[in-house]
Amino acid sequence: MTPALETRALVKRFGGLVVTNDVSLSIRPGARHALIGPNGAGKTTIINLLTGALTPSSGRILIGGEDITEASPFARVKKGMARTFQINQLFDDLTPLESMVLAVGERLGHGTRFWRSLASDSQAAAEAADILERFRLADVMCLPTRGLPYGKQRLLEIALAIALKPKVLLLDEPAAGVPEEDRHEVLAIVRDLPSDVTVVLIEHDMDLVFSFADRISVLAAGRLFAEGSVAEISRDPEVKAIYLGDAA
Amino acid sequence: MLTILFDGIAYGMLLFVLACGLAVTLGLMNFVNLAHGAFAMAGGYVTVVLMNRYGISFYWCLPAAFLFSAALGAVLEVTLYRRLYAASHLDQVLFSIGLVFMAVAGVDFFMGGQQQLISLPPELSGRFNLLGADIGRYRLFIIVLCALLTIALQTTLTRTRIGSQLRAAVDDGRVARGLGINVSVIFVLTFALGSGLAGLGGALGVELLGLDPNFPLKYLIYFMIVVTIGGTSSITGPFLAALLLGIADVAGKYYLPSLGAFIIYAVMIAFLILRPNGLFFREGGR
Amino acid sequence: MSPLPRQALASAFLRRKARWKPLEYGFWILALGAAFALPSQQLLLSEIAILALFAMSLDLIVGYAGILSLGHAAFFGVGAYAAGLLSLHLTAEPLTGLILSGAIAGLLGLATSYLVLRGSDLTKLMTTFGVSMLISEAANQAAWLTGGADGLSGILIDPIAGLFEFDLFGQTGYLYCLTVLFAALVIARRIVHAPFGLSLKAIKRNSRRAAMLGISPNRRIVVIYTLSAVYAGFAGALLTQTTSFVSPDVLAFHRSADVLLVLVLGGVGYLYGGVIGAVIFTVLRAWLSVVTPQYWMFWIGLVLVALVLVGRDRINPARLTAWVRTKTGRAAPSAAPLAKEEA
Repeated sequence: MTPALETRALVKRFGGLVVTNDVSLSIRPGARHALIGPNGAGKTTIINLLTGALTPSSGRILIGGEDITEASPFARVKKGMARTFQINQLFDDLTPLESMVLAVGERLGHGTRFWRSLASDSQAAAEAADILERFRLADVMCLPTRGLPYGKQRLLEIALAIALKPKVLLLDEPAAGVPEEDRHEVLAIVRDLPSDVTVVLIEHDMDLVFSFADRISVLAAGRLFAEGSVAEISRDPEVKAIYLGDAA
Repeated sequence: MLTILFDGIAYGMLLFVLACGLAVTLGLMNFVNLAHGAFAMAGGYVTVVLMNRYGISFYWCLPAAFLFSAALGAVLEVTLYRRLYAASHLDQVLFSIGLVFMAVAGVDFFMGGQQQLISLPPELSGRFNLLGADIGRYRLFIIVLCALLTIALQTTLTRTRIGSQLRAAVDDGRVARGLGINVSVIFVLTFALGSGLAGLGGALGVELLGLDPNFPLKYLIYFMIVVTIGGTSSITGPFLAALLLGIADVAGKYYLPSLGAFIIYAVMIAFLILRPNGLFFREGGR
Repeated sequence: MSPLPRQALASAFLRRKARWKPLEYGFWILALGAAFALPSQQLLLSEIAILALFAMSLDLIVGYAGILSLGHAAFFGVGAYAAGLLSLHLTAEPLTGLILSGAIAGLLGLATSYLVLRGSDLTKLMTTFGVSMLISEAANQAAWLTGGADGLSGILIDPIAGLFEFDLFGQTGYLYCLTVLFAALVIARRIVHAPFGLSLKAIKRNSRRAAMLGISPNRRIVVIYTLSAVYAGFAGALLTQTTSFVSPDVLAFHRSADVLLVLVLGGVGYLYGGVIGAVIFTVLRAWLSVVTPQYWMFWIGLVLVALVLVGRDRINPARLTAWVRTKTGRAAPSAAPLAKEEA
């Protein structure tokens, strides 16, 4: 089966510093794949390479078998890639509804509509309201985003990515910074993501990784250090040494 | 030909001294200070007043212009500029345009709108011939003085404690503060130094560039060209850009006078298209 | 099938956001009334309408596309010269002249829009500045066409569409400018409330996220920049047609700076900022030029500095009206009153 997302010998250098060193990943469609590693292992760099924020020094990136190494970030989105950010990247003075109509409208190709009002796009509005409902944001959808509690903003962060109906979803520490009482809400949403979406989770929180992932890749110092099922990785003494030991 | 080259170099050197303070505020402190020319103008007027009203020697006027503009810069930094380091570029632009407008109208009010003239000391006026080139004494003086200043500046920035503290303060203010560096003091000193150099440039430029209340607006584009084309990652970039600009401008005015400033603008836009981050920008460097 | 309540609510909210507000109606009625109530001020009113259009055009790129421009006078000046030359050499009918001048300015906008797609704020600032200086210098040099430093004079303008003659007091002129301003605002309003306008806001507010929603910014910025240039060209053409004169001053740097001040006075990013700013600016200038005719520039400078130091947001009319509204108990549209309405 063609992998949903694949990297071949991905390398990124900054000057003399190699931050991503020969990383080859192959993630099957529908997988719940976690990417873990200690601080400075190069997780964020990989996300940036995958989404096109950075260009790799060498190596290829493929989505559904199609080479997207040279594609611009927005072209990758059109190919089915979506991401959330570790630090919320929201439109502070728009309402969640507007942000969501924007995201849905872009996917439907309505974004270049020049003359028809937003409200006339009932398809986008309906779908946006639907997703907001699903993400428990319907109550606050008409309030400015900047005033929302952090947990709600975090949900919107994920909802915006889901609104794109991605094939591959990159979640960058989805629960980071969420207060304890709102945490279960975020985790439930992450757990209930549609099963046909391939999810790559970058996470620090081991409980979340072990409860969510079916496969884990361990990064250390820019290299792919180990890869395997949750059981294999949690038993691997070397992983424990570099990662768990380090985190403890 | 050689004369044009020589005049161009003198002009470029002068532009560098005028603009290097801007390179620092813009590049290192990330502040779009369109009022930079006002500090140069202040230096120019200090010179004019001291020489013409009080008969003070030109040589004494230069340090006076430097000190006056530096003090002015320091005062404005502490009272006004400091509040706007974190503001948006739009705010900085509005603020500094406002300052320029006030300076232009204010100088017009106190000094009148006419061109100001000074008479240079006799040993600096006139020309002599060297290897077939017609060398103006005053231009030679400018080249020597500006070259010395450039070397001093480069040494200060790269070799001394102040230089490394400045770079640390700019790279990460919080960390620098944590290391016990007094970031606000560093910024005041740097701002004052940049303003002072502009004032010195303004004093030197009275003879070469002319001086009237519109000076800060007239030369703004030149300063900005030096900084945008030269980039702000080092002072060598602006230095080379200033030299190129000086030579190109002098040559352009000599060979194609009808095109006026047209060429300069066209070249600048071409540069901005080809190298939007400046001619000497290095990827990864700050 | 009737839509689910949430969806109806969403559509209602979006409709309400785009709806014309009572304040807007009030403003336009006042503006129209001024044509008849202030017969001696028609020239000043035309000036305000022209400046308002110019500032609104700047708002499209500063407020919506997030491009800092210090050279917007380029489009204004090109529109002004185009209108003058068209009426001298082609047709003196103002509407034709207006549309052609807008188109010419728009072409220049389209051509130069590619220069503002890349680089930092500073690069954009310099490019826009450079383009306007270049055009100003070109107009100055091409004296055979533009009259050089003397400008273009002897421009005669026919009645509008052959029907409405420009009168001595400028009433026709004002109504003409006001109509153009109104039409421009209606069009701009539609665009910023369309998905296109929303995507521009998104690009400006957070370009990283916008890219990750699949929005490719460049084409959209080109479109809005071109439209903005057309509007500025209209404004320039209106100036030529109402004053029958083009001076090289239309391309001057201070015009780019003034319009930025006008926009900022009124507030960035909601279209009416330019209009309100133009009213304040023109009245202020008319008053100050009586008090201190020569040093007007000083006071503009002081206003700018004060505005920035006090904080633009705090004296932004949009914020003020919102503040007044909350004080008077008329909350901004939100979910709660809507829910009641739908129930």
